[in-house]
Amino acid sequence: MTGRSVKPLTTLLLTLALSTTGIEAAEVKLAIAANFTDVARILAERFEQQTGHTTRISYGSTGKLYSQIEHGAPFEVFLAADRARPEKVQDEGLAVSGSGFVYARGKLVLWSLRESLFTEGESYLKGSDFRHLALANPKTAPYGLAAQQVMQHLGVMESIRPRLVKGDSIAQTFQFVATGNADAGFVALAQIKAWQGESGTLWEIPESYYAPIDQAAVLLNKGQDNPAAHAFLDFLKSEKAKQLIQAYGYGVE
Amino acid sequence: MDFDWQPVWLTLKLAGTTTVLLLIIGTPIAWWLARTHVWYKQALAAVVALPLVLPPTVLGFYLLIMLAPDGPVGQLTQAMGIGTLPFTFEGLVFASVLYSLPFVVQPLQNAFEALGPRPMEVASTLRASPWDRFITIVIPLARPGFLTAAVLCFAHTIGEFGVVLMIGGNIPGETKVLSVAIYDHVESLEYDQAHLLAAGMLAFSFLVLMTLYLVNGRYTRSHRP
Repeated sequence: MTGRSVKPLTTLLLTLALSTTGIEAAEVKLAIAANFTDVARILAERFEQQTGHTTRISYGSTGKLYSQIEHGAPFEVFLAADRARPEKVQDEGLAVSGSGFVYARGKLVLWSLRESLFTEGESYLKGSDFRHLALANPKTAPYGLAAQQVMQHLGVMESIRPRLVKGDSIAQTFQFVATGNADAGFVALAQIKAWQGESGTLWEIPESYYAPIDQAAVLLNKGQDNPAAHAFLDFLKSEKAKQLIQAYGYGVE
Repeated sequence: MDFDWQPVWLTLKLAGTTTVLLLIIGTPIAWWLARTHVWYKQALAAVVALPLVLPPTVLGFYLLIMLAPDGPVGQLTQAMGIGTLPFTFEGLVFASVLYSLPFVVQPLQNAFEALGPRPMEVASTLRASPWDRFITIVIPLARPGFLTAAVLCFAHTIGEFGVVLMIGGNIPGETKVLSVAIYDHVESLEYDQAHLLAAGMLAFSFLVLMTLYLVNGRYTRSHRP
């Protein structure tokens, strides 16, 4: 029994000691869109080293995280894959108004696991010489919506429709393509950068073909009084973070 | 509100096909498990029961890899000229057969074990062939087992979600079954449609299970000595 009571006591003393010296390390609870997973891991690590704060991250599709926040999830900062959801939480009074900003701009690519499947992505889509083409569900995933816009822009939406397979999130869409079950698919450039397997065939879609995938972050009410939440958002705006985000295949402002 | 019946029919078709196939595949497996005494019997029984405890994500993930163009099953299906199975109705049937296997085999095995060897021995002294014995003795005596197996398989396939989500690709009329349609509506914040389908499914599942218990209850009562 004595052994067990020692630990909380040490923690308490340690906390007291730290707080008297002015280093107040806190934990921030982050809700982060699934497409940002890989870079978020690195960012969190750097943030912890730099500030002494700690992070606890929940990954999920933007839509799911949004409805969790709506229903009282304990998140303090929300990094979405679009602008709409952070704006919505602000409108609903769940986030600090004026705290939202775009931290990354997503880039959409057409990718296949097969080597040199096409030389020109555009004509590949128009030729429709495939059985299954994967995209994320346009109704719920911002990257899926962008994929739909690309096909509409090229005027191939109707001819491809019967061959479209929809992933629940951009992560699942990537899975369909990475296992070779879909001939090709619309995924995030960031996923390709993180992918360790075969490089396959890639078409970086011109950004003028789809509405910008602006990914916005917002400070939620629950993080209002948490110094670590403020510190994380400041860190996200720093040059250091921007460089990392860019290196992982996103655009930054 | 426009009601989309397609997912309903598709789900019924999937559950019906799976049930018929599984009764055909599951009966010999259950019969063998009930009769055999080989040392690896328990290992095989455990394999059959695996889908009960595995999360659908595990099954879905391995199916995705196995059925892929360069996966073992994928290569076989391509050699047979039927292409690859993910994102097709046939693929869902394949997955459902695996996923619902214990729901058919276990009730049948229990029913066969409860029969004991006696009725078969008596019949064989009357020179009934093995096939005759099975049709005229085992099937009628194990009727509650067959009924339970069929109903559980049907109901369980209707409620299948995780595996379908992972290998289905959400194609209307092909792989967009009820559970996926409901999930889609909820995710898109279309709560009205979601409520309609979800409530319908709840009522249907309750009715199916209650009917099963009523029928089986009556059957056991009337056959008790």
